[in-house]
Amino acid sequence: MRLIIPLAITFTAGIVMILNFFIPHQPFRFLGENLQEWYMIVASGAIFLGVMNLMHVHTRKIRLKLKNWKYSPVTIIGFLVMFVTGLIYGVTENLPFDYLFMNMVAPMGATMFSLLAFFVASAAFRAFRASNWRATLLLTSAFLVMLGQVPIGAMLWDKIPLAKVWLMSIPNVAGQRAVMIGAAMGVVSTSLRMIFGIERSWLGGAD
Amino acid sequence: MNWEILGIWLGALVTLFLYSFLYRDNPFYKFAEHLFVGMSAGYWVIYNIENVLIPNWWQNMFPEGGGFDWVWLIPGIFALFMLARIWPKTAGLSRLSLGMIVGVGAGLNMVSFFQTNALAQVKGTIFSVASGGVWDIFSSLVLVVGVVSGLVYFFFSKAHTGIMGKTANVGITILMVAFGASFGYTIMARLSLLIGRSQFLLEDWIPTIPRLLGIGG
Repeated sequence: MRLIIPLAITFTAGIVMILNFFIPHQPFRFLGENLQEWYMIVASGAIFLGVMNLMHVHTRKIRLKLKNWKYSPVTIIGFLVMFVTGLIYGVTENLPFDYLFMNMVAPMGATMFSLLAFFVASAAFRAFRASNWRATLLLTSAFLVMLGQVPIGAMLWDKIPLAKVWLMSIPNVAGQRAVMIGAAMGVVSTSLRMIFGIERSWLGGAD
Repeated sequence: MNWEILGIWLGALVTLFLYSFLYRDNPFYKFAEHLFVGMSAGYWVIYNIENVLIPNWWQNMFPEGGGFDWVWLIPGIFALFMLARIWPKTAGLSRLSLGMIVGVGAGLNMVSFFQTNALAQVKGTIFSVASGGVWDIFSSLVLVVGVVSGLVYFFFSKAHTGIMGKTANVGITILMVAFGASFGYTIMARLSLLIGRSQFLLEDWIPTIPRLLGIGG
């Protein structure tokens, strides 16, 4: 019973969404539109679950004095500061929550991603070693795109930016399309397996 | 010190703390990393309340004209069930919520992915066949052959031997060029973020130092 009810909910919700797409009339339209809103509300519960888990992990680290526990209060305080200012002042511009986001969260996010520039560069050094002709092709393609993106590329040879545009719009699109079409087929088959209860791994390994 | 300068200093300090990782893992980096995790979690919870729960749930349950629509209690209860996963005794309830998320997600993605990622891409490939100059025809050919051979490479139901193997080899070649181009593009995107942070430090933060010390204008 503990598995039949979740599987029945999955089947009903999935079928209603498919019917809503192929028969966009009542009652399927009403049901489909409402289910989409319900989906967002229920999925938002997962965010609260994630935050509760984060707090649980860090309070446990402090309680048991696990490795790097001294940094856990920073996470908890950081969360509480954002949460409380958001609840009190809302997300309106130029108020404390927006101020903290613009001056701390956004710069930290940008810095974290920019740090990847160094690691991607070192990974590229290892990956781009021209060990065979296909790796050389990958190296050449990446090098041309990078060179075509900066002014020095056009200064060296005015055709390099054109080569970059061609690489991005023809071979890159061809490769991405093959990946996208393949992935779409995978999504369709996996979705059908989930709706019909064949794929049950999301139930947590229960058979 | 006004609020604007304080904001610049906060941004500069966390930026420098995070960049200190380039030397090696250190307490400053760990501090900023933990702060980032906590503040981001707080931001997303508030963002979720303001942009999902209030407009899609609260305002539907308590409409502007007054009254109470009990139907909207159902998704609220399902969202609460999700939190039941925290406690082992009630964890089973979260399967009901997951069942709804998986069902709606699967039904929605099945049709939308098929339409946008499969049909639209096939259509785009068919209509990309150009009739312009030699270069346009060559480009169209590369595109069509690239998509078809790439798909053959991803088709594992038949052994990659004979004509299948040769076509799959063409597919790998096109995919290598595509991955190289995407990789180069990603590196440049990360570098542009790095330039942005460097500009912030050089143009926004450093000029505030003499002002704080009372030197210059």
